[in-house]
Amino acid sequence: MSTISVPVSVPSPAEDCEQLRKAFQGWGTNEGLIISILAHRSAAQRRQIRDTYAQAYGEDLLKALDKELTRDFEKAVLLWILDPPERDAVLANEALKKWSPGNRALIEIAVTRTADEMLAVRRAYQGRFKRSLEEDVAAHTNGDFRKLLVPLVSSYRYEGPEVNASLAKSEAKILHEKNKEKAYGHEEIIRILTTRSKAQLLATFNDYNNEFGHPINKDLKSDPKDDFLFALRAIIRCIICPERYLEKVMRLAINKMGTDECALTRVVTTRAEVNMKHIKEIYYNRNSVRLDHALKKDTTGDYEDFLLALIGQDA
Amino acid sequence: MAVPLAAEGCEALTTAFSGLGGLGVDEKALLSALGKWRHQPEKRAQLRKSFSGFFTADGGFERCDIEFARFKDIMVLWAMHPWERDARWAHHVLQKVHPFDIIVEIACTRSSEELLGARKAYHALFHHSLEEDVAFCVKENYSNLLVGLVSAYRYEGSWINKEMAKSDAETLGSEIKGAGVSKLVENEKVIRILTTRSKPHLRVTFKYYKEMYGKSIEEDLGDELCLRETVQCLDSPPKYFSKVIDDSLKDGADKNTKDALTRVIVSRADVDTKDIKAEYHEHYGAQLEDVIAKKTLGNYRDALLSLVGQ
Repeated sequence: MSTISVPVSVPSPAEDCEQLRKAFQGWGTNEGLIISILAHRSAAQRRQIRDTYAQAYGEDLLKALDKELTRDFEKAVLLWILDPPERDAVLANEALKKWSPGNRALIEIAVTRTADEMLAVRRAYQGRFKRSLEEDVAAHTNGDFRKLLVPLVSSYRYEGPEVNASLAKSEAKILHEKNKEKAYGHEEIIRILTTRSKAQLLATFNDYNNEFGHPINKDLKSDPKDDFLFALRAIIRCIICPERYLEKVMRLAINKMGTDECALTRVVTTRAEVNMKHIKEIYYNRNSVRLDHALKKDTTGDYEDFLLALIGQDA
Repeated sequence: MAVPLAAEGCEALTTAFSGLGGLGVDEKALLSALGKWRHQPEKRAQLRKSFSGFFTADGGFERCDIEFARFKDIMVLWAMHPWERDARWAHHVLQKVHPFDIIVEIACTRSSEELLGARKAYHALFHHSLEEDVAFCVKENYSNLLVGLVSAYRYEGSWINKEMAKSDAETLGSEIKGAGVSKLVENEKVIRILTTRSKPHLRVTFKYYKEMYGKSIEEDLGDELCLRETVQCLDSPPKYFSKVIDDSLKDGADKNTKDALTRVIVSRADVDTKDIKAEYHEHYGAQLEDVIAKKTLGNYRDALLSLVGQ
């Protein structure tokens, strides 16, 4: 569920634009005002504000914000203003430009979005970067990772609930076999994980557990340093329960020496209107501390205020 | 008296089916050949014995079924939504052996949005994703290529990075030259380029290839049929389709080859029939309408001509 709170009587886009313009004027910037407006508008409202601002002042709101804001706060606000598909496209492009085997942002996006959402991301990617997403993934990755990631971003999974029980059984067996042979990059593993519907995969993973006595991820832990295994486990966890996976991403981002603002910004801006409430609950159950408290301790200034507003906890 | 009658009637029937190797049935000729033998069952009995077009040796009559069905098929397919059409063709073909040509054709000659639509229709009709079924049903060495081709959502703009196109041409060249024993159709680099790049980019890449290596990439692909067809479909659908049509109109063509005539004419009617006719004229020196009028029969012919005509 969303953690964004929009005021009951929301100002018109024109009024919002006026306020934002005031926030930019003069020396310095009124970040608090910016947060109080933008963090409390839905995607549709933000789009209207962006259009109205361009009409009224002849400038893209994003450019204006780019001039006024800095660093992590700026990045978070700019991402927040974008439409979800464009946001994901920008994040995917970013992840690719500095891709390394340990980078799992692409997997996170490709697997936690629905099939239609991912399609919209691919369209937005083309519109913005004049290339297809799969083209860039193929060009920036190599070896087994490329074999895994290109189909992962290209798949258009069936979204229905139908499950073929005997297929789940036979594919659980195939997965188990390949795991035993340590043939983790095998075509069959990639085929199953990147093309089957999520419902079918859940049935397959359940079958794996029932048949072999432990979850499939246990068999993918043979080498803790192997990034490819990590990637496979991430895909599986995103399919089984995306919110639990995202909680872990946030937890690791917060607990890291310094903080992984990149990951924090990504998860918060992309999930605030989707399932951040659920992620917060999982966070509290897992860590016995509220997410907003953890963020208060770990982040500062306007960036902190913005994140808190997005997760439904204003200062 | 009986022998000449049967021979003459048999000839008329054979003509109505165009020697049983034809495309479609001349319904009017059939009527006039058979219809006149009312109250003359013994004449019909003789026709039945000498004409093998309707009944097979064991009494079945599927042989003529196929030819009679051509008109029905073309009408039903024409009425169908293009996405559903493509989804049904793909699904049907995945159940048979060697499905690659129709899958490649659909994946490479449709626009990105049309291919997407076909994938959506596939979901709705068959409760699986197209790529899921291709990956599962195609066990041959071209499986990865096909999965890549049907999953593509290519950039459709005309913007091309010339340096990248040159580099792709070089990569293709070195992989083709160095192929040796291993099959090119499983080559990752080749698959990557053919399944992810935009079509304008690929056309420029193929041009650079010819400049660099003196031969067209098709020629250099030799007997890698699947790859050759992929390249042909990506490079110039009208040229590819004009060849498919020509093959279907040849004498002695098998059922799949003949069925392609309906498939191509129907699927391209709203797209590039004009270009296909131009290519056909250039390569085979005849007007497509004339050849269709000569080689096909009956209502089927009329249907084809109405889809191909001005």
